Amino acid sequence: MSEQKLMTLNLKIWRQKNSATKGEFVDYRIEGVSQDMSFLEMLDVLNDNLVKEGKEPVVFDHDCREGICGMCSLMINGLPHGPEKETTTCQLHMRKFHDNDTIVIEPWRAKPFPVIKDLMVDRNAFDRIIEAGGFTSVTVGNAQDANAILVSKDNAELAMDAAQCVGCGACVASCKNASAMLFVGAKVSQFALLPQGQIEAQTRVLNMVKKMDELGFGNCSNEGECEASCPKGISISNIARMNREYVKAAFCHKSL
Amino acid sequence: MTIKKLDGKIPEGRVQDKWENHKFKLKLVNPSNKRKYRVIVVGTGLAGASAAASLSELGYNVDVFCIQDSPRRAHSIAAQGGINAAKNYPNDGDSVWRLFYDTVKGGDYRAREANVYRLSQVSNNIIDQCAAQGVPFAREYGGYLSNRSFGGAQVSRTFYARGQTGQQLLLGAYSSLMKEIAKGKIKLYTRTEMVDLVMVDGRARGIISRNLVTGEFQKHVADAVILATGGYGNVFYLSTNAMASNCSAAWRAYRKGAYFANPCYTQIHPTCIPVHGEHQSKLTLMSESLRNDGRVWVPKKQGDKRPPGQIPMEERDYYLERIYPSFGNLVPRDVASRNAKLQADQNKGVGPSGLAVYLDFQDAIKRDGEDVIKAKYGNLFDMYQRITDHNPYQVPMMIYPAVHYTMGGLWVDYNLMSSIEGLFVLGEANFSDHGANRLGASALMQGLADGYFVIPYTLGGYFGEHRPDSVKIDHPEFEKCLKTSSEKYKRFQSIGGKRPVDDFHRELGKIMWENVGMGRNEKGLKQALSQIPELKKEFYKDIRIPGSPAEVNVELEKAGRIADFLELGELMALDALERKESCGGHFREEHQTPENEAMRDDENFAHVAAWEFQGEDKTPIRNVEELTFENIKLTQRSYK
Repeated sequence: MSEQKLMTLNLKIWRQKNSATKGEFVDYRIEGVSQDMSFLEMLDVLNDNLVKEGKEPVVFDHDCREGICGMCSLMINGLPHGPEKETTTCQLHMRKFHDNDTIVIEPWRAKPFPVIKDLMVDRNAFDRIIEAGGFTSVTVGNAQDANAILVSKDNAELAMDAAQCVGCGACVASCKNASAMLFVGAKVSQFALLPQGQIEAQTRVLNMVKKMDELGFGNCSNEGECEASCPKGISISNIARMNREYVKAAFCHKSL
Repeated sequence: MTIKKLDGKIPEGRVQDKWENHKFKLKLVNPSNKRKYRVIVVGTGLAGASAAASLSELGYNVDVFCIQDSPRRAHSIAAQGGINAAKNYPNDGDSVWRLFYDTVKGGDYRAREANVYRLSQVSNNIIDQCAAQGVPFAREYGGYLSNRSFGGAQVSRTFYARGQTGQQLLLGAYSSLMKEIAKGKIKLYTRTEMVDLVMVDGRARGIISRNLVTGEFQKHVADAVILATGGYGNVFYLSTNAMASNCSAAWRAYRKGAYFANPCYTQIHPTCIPVHGEHQSKLTLMSESLRNDGRVWVPKKQGDKRPPGQIPMEERDYYLERIYPSFGNLVPRDVASRNAKLQADQNKGVGPSGLAVYLDFQDAIKRDGEDVIKAKYGNLFDMYQRITDHNPYQVPMMIYPAVHYTMGGLWVDYNLMSSIEGLFVLGEANFSDHGANRLGASALMQGLADGYFVIPYTLGGYFGEHRPDSVKIDHPEFEKCLKTSSEKYKRFQSIGGKRPVDDFHRELGKIMWENVGMGRNEKGLKQALSQIPELKKEFYKDIRIPGSPAEVNVELEKAGRIADFLELGELMALDALERKESCGGHFREEHQTPENEAMRDDENFAHVAAWEFQGEDKTPIRNVEELTFENIKLTQRSYK
């Protein structure tokens, strides 16, 4: 919608056939990029050109393209989801770049997130963590009137802050330890802040942390990269809350 | 070729009693027998995830399929504004009856009364269930749930979790799904697409899937198949749907004999960010809750190119407030969208393209302060600014309608069973509850109603009449379908033409938007009906799909989906042509009142059109289900 100035960009994109083969950077030059395009629309244009040349397009994950499904990823110039704060790759626009820029595009790199192809990785590990305890055990038909459970506005807001996590994995990708503690901390916090989560609070935090460790995610060493790269601005205070919950459970859980 | 009169199997009795009576009459399956049944659920949005979790809780074995890498990413996640329920917590005169009434009226009297009443009845249970799951709904200071108002209603009945209600409800349903997966009762297939429905002896008995990572085709057998695969808005190429949202599961079921009902009912959402350029891949919606505080206007003068701040109050036309004084900016979506188009058609549209109107928050900011507006809509304002580079706290937003939701879908009876025995369809994928126009905050309600509170009962009723039998995966029909599917995908790759598949999708989208979009007429529809088959021929001659079929091949996936969209687009145009009236989202320009409102023809069209496939390139049959209104009087919808 602003005045159009078309850009030419140099892209260095990670290409990898599958998880069993070695990948490499491949250089592409792309012309006619408008400022109003989103980053993924720019890649669409590249892929369109590649297909017309009979070459394989670059594979990347994406779906809603409005910053909420958590499907898109990409390390852009070394930053998960690129340079703009609290913005997913699909909501990043080309007006943040300049004519003749070189942009390096890589997949998430973490052992628990193996590359499937090119920029697409397997984030199945996050589902496994949720499966270990990211729920309340309520079956359909049991619930009492919603207003029978009162939640203070402050706690509801904090729970919502944590619950906004889109499960994209930027926190893991940004962390030198590939720690998933922001992701797990956000889910543990959401339930720890709500009365609905109290009954299973201790089992939940113990099981989710155990699963996280089993899957090969590293530990937190307080660098704060996760918070800085989180497209939803999830605060690391959620990690602190998880640690408190964990300590509480580690001492008090009935199984001990 | 005979036209069938379809039976919706609506139970007897007063509308208030139908569901209760029906639940009692439905056969039950005893707990130890439930584990002998297997159910396939395709799709993990609100309807699919809630159905899979509820059925597993009851004791059935469930296989769940989603095309994304995780069930949590289904497009229900993008719903922003809220979910309706008739709790009447604000004490403002709401009731089950009023929600029922508003929904039937909002749907322009083209929905089944009995279904809508049931939806309103269970709406309250949904809120209870979600609150118990730990969905962080907005709260008042006393700790009670908060409500807001939405288009098409004069009460505040919408529950919300900031501007991310769909996300939070989906994560709730997803958490229930994961809880059941942990118990080993549900088998989850991610990055897997359904490519065909398998029928044995006239009943749906399984599916063929394609693994999107390995390209492998696989057979799955079950006692019933549930499709919860969402809507088909992406037939327009540009829509607010996610990139991978598609009609293929539903379409392939249609080709196997499931009737497709009211395909022409499309909802064009009024508050979307206008198109910016040719390379646009999708449109972004902003919750219509914005219309609670934003005022819609255009300049009174045609072609007025002054910036909005320089247009004085008396030269602005707040046209919704002017035309509809009682609902104002909160008229239903179809009315708001059509009026925006009317303004643009009269050369009063704003922005570089002229295809936009203003949504202005200046008065609300003056009244409540920027902080209050920020607390309500902060995330939407941020999103708008990220996309457009304009600050909506300072300049009015520009909005324009975009394709958003499809009310049409596979025909289902009161039990949510399609015209194929054992094939059930839930959520947006079915046609049942919204008539010709859906009210805001009702999609989430319907998805969860179907999954949590309807299918657990009606599927039991079906199983009560069909004992588990000996049909196994080695049945020849499965092998046959697997072969047909794999050949179909081989064919796409063997074409070896020149154009990327998206080219065809874009072209189809243009034909659809111009001729089967917000305003439709006989000439345009006929034009679409001649252009689409041409495009389809071209598609099968000229697509180019590089890469191997045995690994991730996005072009190949898209080819399968676009091939189906090409056929569906044609059916939509045909349905729109045959429905010679205007109703809700279907606006035939030949049928309007002198004030440009939709003019229904209740005498000839108070029915559902359910299309029956007759074979490749043959005209399908238009079957009919008559709609009877015993409780709500049909009137010209008025929001004035």
